[in-house]
Amino acid sequence: MQVNDDSDSRMPVEAALQVLADLRSEREVVVTNQGSARLWPRLSQHAGDFNYNPSTMGGAIPLALGIALACPTRHVIVLSGDGSLLMNLGCLVSVLDSRATNLSILLLDNGLYEVTGGQATAARRTGTDFVGIARSVGFPTVEQFCDVRNWQAQAAEIFGRPGPRFVSLRVAPLATDCLTDASQPIAEQLQRLTAFLSSGSDPVFRS
Amino acid sequence: MHDASAIFPSEIFHGAEILQLLIGLGISHVIWIPDSTTGQWEAELADNDSFQLLRVCREGEAWPLAAGLLLGGQTPIVIMQSTGLFESGDALRNVLLDLRLPVFAIVGARNWLTEASTDSAKAFLVPVLQAWNIDFCIVETRDAQQEIVTCYERTRREQRPGIVLLAEGRG
Repeated sequence: MQVNDDSDSRMPVEAALQVLADLRSEREVVVTNQGSARLWPRLSQHAGDFNYNPSTMGGAIPLALGIALACPTRHVIVLSGDGSLLMNLGCLVSVLDSRATNLSILLLDNGLYEVTGGQATAARRTGTDFVGIARSVGFPTVEQFCDVRNWQAQAAEIFGRPGPRFVSLRVAPLATDCLTDASQPIAEQLQRLTAFLSSGSDPVFRS
Repeated sequence: MHDASAIFPSEIFHGAEILQLLIGLGISHVIWIPDSTTGQWEAELADNDSFQLLRVCREGEAWPLAAGLLLGGQTPIVIMQSTGLFESGDALRNVLLDLRLPVFAIVGARNWLTEASTDSAKAFLVPVLQAWNIDFCIVETRDAQQEIVTCYERTRREQRPGIVLLAEGRG
């Protein structure tokens, strides 16, 4: 099977996440894992960040759903790679069934298992349509971006639409060397996050 | 030979009894994937105002979902069968051993009461829990509900994970 080299239609992942870093508000939670857990700390140092590493592959969306259900006045944004989502595709159905609306899933779709050296996923080889899957599951807001300028122009408006939201960002592999960055100890992250989640009770934002 | 009241306790724990037990424990969310015995509790688990029933599609979702709820200050419980425990091993390992979160679960122990069973799901259950150093107790009789309460309260007090194995017959 021929794997399409469509790298020209993918945005730099660093630029894609910078859009989120610029947009995120003080009360929002951002959960990352796998490659994004290494890149995100270079862009953001916030008490509401949880760089889920060590993790269980495919566990970031369920963990973020748990936070969203526990903290209904907070908007929870979770970054998942396409390989991770493939490990746990049914979790999209679980998200809908839970009735949580304060959750946004940002799929970083690079078509690769990046941390293991860049092997193509089966989804890339078959042309799997993650956006179509999310639509069929019933996500009320589903979007896909290949161009960072379009993503930047529409991101804030999308986060104001009904949740849960599924946004596929077609991204190129990491250009930086951040995969070798040391992770912040998980115990420290957990302590910081639980303190953050238990603080304040502002009105609902981006529910 | 067990008498009728001692065999298949999860089948004779009626939904209403489980409901009262979970309410008494102060459970906020029940994360559930049914087997043929715990599936009989569906109506009571789904239709109450004390906790939310969360249906997951595979057991590997259950542990990180419980982790997120715990981080947000909630008191979830996971209910699955032993076969699902095996299936979800990596997620369980991560949440219990890496994140060290005090997740609590009721796990249906398939074929536990079938004395002649050679079911590998029965044979490997306790060795696996022991290998992971998970605090567990086994409930084999109808009148053992208090054991669940005791196990839950101990794990909450000590902030460590715990599992109740609920003896079942054939899966």
